[in-house]
Amino acid sequence: MNPAGSIVFFTTASGAGYGLLYWLGLLRPLGLIPGDPWFGLVALGLALLLITVGLLSSLAHLGHPERAWRAISQWRSSWLSREGVAALLTYLPAVLFGIGLLGDIPALAAPMGLLAATSAMVTVYSTGMIYASLKPIRQWHHPLVVPGYLMLAAFSGAALLAMLAAFWGNGAVPAVLALLTGAGGFLLKTAYWRGIDTQPPEATAESATGLGQIGKVRPLDPPHTQTNYLLREMGFRIARKHAAKLRRIVLAAGFGLPMLLALLALLTGGAAAMALLTIGAVLALGGLLVERWLMFAEATHTVTLYYTGT
Amino acid sequence: MTCLPEIKPGQKKLGLVIDLDTCVGCQACATNCKEWNTSGHSAPLPDFHPYSAGAEGVWFNRVHSFEAGEGEQGRTVHFPRSCLHCEQPACVTVCPTGASYKREEDGIVLVNHDTCIGCGLCAWACPYGAREMDEDAGVMKKCTLCIDRIYNETIPEERRIPACVATCPTQARHFGDLGDPESAVSKLVRERGGYDLMPEMGYKPVNKYLPPRKRATVQAKPVEDAPTSMDIKNPLLRWMDRVLTR
Ligand code: SF4
Ligand code: SF4
Repeated sequence: MNPAGSIVFFTTASGAGYGLLYWLGLLRPLGLIPGDPWFGLVALGLALLLITVGLLSSLAHLGHPERAWRAISQWRSSWLSREGVAALLTYLPAVLFGIGLLGDIPALAAPMGLLAATSAMVTVYSTGMIYASLKPIRQWHHPLVVPGYLMLAAFSGAALLAMLAAFWGNGAVPAVLALLTGAGGFLLKTAYWRGIDTQPPEATAESATGLGQIGKVRPLDPPHTQTNYLLREMGFRIARKHAAKLRRIVLAAGFGLPMLLALLALLTGGAAAMALLTIGAVLALGGLLVERWLMFAEATHTVTLYYTGT
Repeated sequence: MTCLPEIKPGQKKLGLVIDLDTCVGCQACATNCKEWNTSGHSAPLPDFHPYSAGAEGVWFNRVHSFEAGEGEQGRTVHFPRSCLHCEQPACVTVCPTGASYKREEDGIVLVNHDTCIGCGLCAWACPYGAREMDEDAGVMKKCTLCIDRIYNETIPEERRIPACVATCPTQARHFGDLGDPESAVSKLVRERGGYDLMPEMGYKPVNKYLPPRKRATVQAKPVEDAPTSMDIKNPLLRWMDRVLTR
């Protein structure tokens, strides 16, 4: 599948924003992060900024962005529509959460924070389901895809929250969470890649043409000599050796290093922790950009069976 | 509404039956489809760089050729590919806007070009590659089963069939109601063992494909035609043949 820049950026940025909102809304009432309202406001501001920039970038992918409002109408059947609804609904408790922080009204901030956290998780779940429900793309129609989206949002959100909390003097809890979700992400991605490498494709050139009753099927003449929308959109393939290299980059720079830096920050604390956790958050986001790009580049669509036989 | 209409018993299911035995891969169906539809319900079907290298455009029907089998059993099969107007079309249910829909009355799957946002998700959801984005207008386009011909009362009745069916010189394409077990197309499917493409995807295509007919069994060895002396026309050579075979 063609890794469209706008979508790769959207899932990384918005995913991190929702992850940040999730942890902020959850940990603040529990008193596990700095209680200063300004900390809350800065973290909330960053979360909403990432979410909004991501959502706007996803509009760039549309043929008719001005009609985007129509996309919230089919929530009964469409995960994309559900994602849109959930994304918009999240703003409501998030803004009320902000008002609660600004006016220092814990009775408003706490429940709205929790509501925003839940809503953020539902949004990320819907994003994952858009991909996981597409049967023609076997690398997406995989049981680890939705857990992956949730885990990576939680990881990047925790890394960002740990960075901000360090500047307010106490990033310990989110740093531990970043460590745990980082390890979770590492294991999940490794298992996912092993899964898609070993799982045989369900559909074949034989079943796609029905000519398997004669024997092995090989494409002979394509219907057109130049490219087309289908081949550009769905025929994109990445060379195996490049994919292997990028996977190692994701594991090392996206998960390994941020985890190591979080560990060091826990040991050192103070100004060193600020620097370490900031580098860690930037690396995590960079790693996730590569991971999202790979998620597309490694995915194959059944329409290519008609063109290449695989 | 992108929820699918309820399937009632005896539901009308308009569709095509494509005979892979008689299709000669002439591309007439694809060409006539383009010709009709570029000014029909989904008009236009744009072309990019039509007169230079990299020419490409939107087509609803694409004719592939495959080789199947090995050795003497191997054969070349021409294979037209277009929307199968599935009974369980995820291309419809994934659509966030309601632009994609399946008609209750005849099962035809259509796109409303006035409400489509061009997100492309439906093209990802179609296993058969039957949807192509009009990147000029920013909306999705697909086969309409020539909705603007089959119900068109301004053209003679015998022409109220899809453009691809009307033009096929070998009559490899048949159009009809596959929901009616007694229709000509349903009978054809029964007689010839018509099948679904990629049944494992669970989309339940309405269109069916008829397999190439089995070859007559090939003789083990061709029998050689040995000439007798009477087959030799030249009298001199005939005499020599007789002398030499004595
Ligand atoms: S062939 Fe593709 S576009 Fe046509 S109805 Fe089936 S899934 Fe939808
Ligand atoms: S491209 Fe148009 S028809 Fe297809 S899913 Fe998006 S809005 Fe619906």
